[in-house]
Amino acid sequence: MTECIIEIKGLWTQFGSHIVHRDIDLCVRHGEIISLVGGSGSGKTTLLRQMLGLETPARGEVRIFGIPLHGSDQSQLRKLRNRWGMLFQQGALFSALTVFDNIALPLRELRTLDEDLIHDLVMVKLEMVGIEPHHANKMPAELSGGMIKRIALARALALEPELLFLDEPTAGLDPDRSESFVKLIQELHQELGLTVVMVTHDLDTLVALSNRIAVLCEQRLVIVGTLDEVVANTHPFIRNFFMGERGRRALEAVKDMVLLT
Amino acid sequence: MPDVIFQTWAAPRLRRVTVGDIQRCELGGTWNLLALEPHLAELQRQLVECASDQHCEWDLRQVQVLDDAGAMLIWRAWGKRRAAQLLLKPEHEQIFGHFDLPPEPALPGPLHNPLYGVMALGRATLLLADHLLTVVAVLGQVMLDAWYLLRQPASIPWREISASIYRTGAQALGITALVGFLVGVVLSYLSAQQLKLFGADAFIINILGISVIRELGPVLAAILVAGRSGSAITAQLGVMRVTEELDAMAVMGIPHTLRLVMPKMLALAVSMPLIILWTNSIALIGGMVSAHAELGIGYVYFLQSLPDAVPIANLWLGLGKGVVFGLLIALVACDFGLRIEPNTESLGIGTTNSVVTSITVVIIVDAALAILFKDVGIS
Repeated sequence: MTECIIEIKGLWTQFGSHIVHRDIDLCVRHGEIISLVGGSGSGKTTLLRQMLGLETPARGEVRIFGIPLHGSDQSQLRKLRNRWGMLFQQGALFSALTVFDNIALPLRELRTLDEDLIHDLVMVKLEMVGIEPHHANKMPAELSGGMIKRIALARALALEPELLFLDEPTAGLDPDRSESFVKLIQELHQELGLTVVMVTHDLDTLVALSNRIAVLCEQRLVIVGTLDEVVANTHPFIRNFFMGERGRRALEAVKDMVLLT
Repeated sequence: MPDVIFQTWAAPRLRRVTVGDIQRCELGGTWNLLALEPHLAELQRQLVECASDQHCEWDLRQVQVLDDAGAMLIWRAWGKRRAAQLLLKPEHEQIFGHFDLPPEPALPGPLHNPLYGVMALGRATLLLADHLLTVVAVLGQVMLDAWYLLRQPASIPWREISASIYRTGAQALGITALVGFLVGVVLSYLSAQQLKLFGADAFIINILGISVIRELGPVLAAILVAGRSGSAITAQLGVMRVTEELDAMAVMGIPHTLRLVMPKMLALAVSMPLIILWTNSIALIGGMVSAHAELGIGYVYFLQSLPDAVPIANLWLGLGKGVVFGLLIALVACDFGLRIEPNTESLGIGTTNSVVTSITVVIIVDAALAILFKDVGIS
């Protein structure tokens, strides 16, 4: 019971007559990095949004830390929302606020921390994601995509969450940047003992980060398991995804790495 | 209970013990942001108290969970350097390692400038000049585009023009009718009260006809259209800037003025006079109803005497004003829309300013035209 940080039971998502998810069950365990994989439009991001309580399930329920997202009282949900962080695909930084104020916002919302402490914490977070202090007073519009992602990550981590959601964390970053972003998330995962749920298309990121992979296809979860288990599956989507040219290259690269270490 | 995971945290503890003549500060429990938050002030006070003793020995080995926020709290109590005597779990070592950095330069605060007022005035003046310059430039570009289109009629953006006419004209019929009718009723009712005193009942037709057709109809319609379509145009162009659609058009070699500004100006120049005609009619119907109820003036008599009471020049003047207002509203809305910067705040401010400016411009131009045409259409 307590092993499931996120527990999804019999979840259906439906927009009008369009069914996105059909009877999905998923358990995310403490301390793991789980990746959601699926074709475009297969409802990966929607499933992530279900876990965040941004969508309402047509049937079934989602429990986070054992608390049902729909039907719990507001104060409990507020407490819950301070225990998770979300990195949106485009960063979703507040464009009217400076970098500093963006990261300080969740801390200020607690309304108990004094401004000096907030300043120091924001600076630590900026340092953690590798942003130099002199960028703190800039507006998000002045920054590059990679920096926005990093700052959005710093904001997601501002409240020291136990659970981190990442939507396409490396999409739109150059290979060098995505490499360092993957390293950063790995380090944070080790250091803070985070549980991470990630949606990604990027095979390298997927292979480098995930402990387990959940494959979403034709409205259902086809398989949830480790990389080896998933690759061994014969579902046509999985074969295409992993056994295509790019998939094979990524898998070979990881095998080389395993051999080297 | 399902929320077992919530309960695994022990509250943060702080204890002072004296071993021999050594003061020792023992910290235990959960030192993370969410656990600390309810006890923050108390813990901060205790930490500072402990730290006031230079020789105090710090024992953090009982701490189960430590995050940046908890560590930062302790670090600040130490005066932003490591305590001299410190016992620490090895896994917590690296958290304090993050903090051991050279102090970063202070962020520059907002500067206080004694000449702020003068500078603000100067900036506003320059901004106004800049707006006028842009409007002239856009107008010039639109002229050039029009000349180009006259020679190449195939590339006239008919679809955009007709879509804009539908949005700015047809969809505005409801609201202009409602406002026009009510203003007509109120104006007629109030005038009737005064005219009754002098027994000059029949003049209600002159008053209503002249004021509605020459002045109120055009201005009312222009204000409503400025609020409705002006804001929509500004917001649309602004969002196109935010989503880089404007850049995409520029890359494809489609000039903004040709595809965005000109169709809207043409559309408003066409739809404004029609809207004004519509508003005038409804306002006069409202006035007629009210005049009938208050003064007992028959509908047929009202309609028959209207052409005698109001020279036809007034109608042409009102419709002509409509064309001018439509062009101005589109021009102002496009000017503000193309200036919006890619952030949400700029979008909001730009849209507000656009509407306020276009309404103000409409009224100023209306006043100027009233003086210019003071001898026309009034017997």
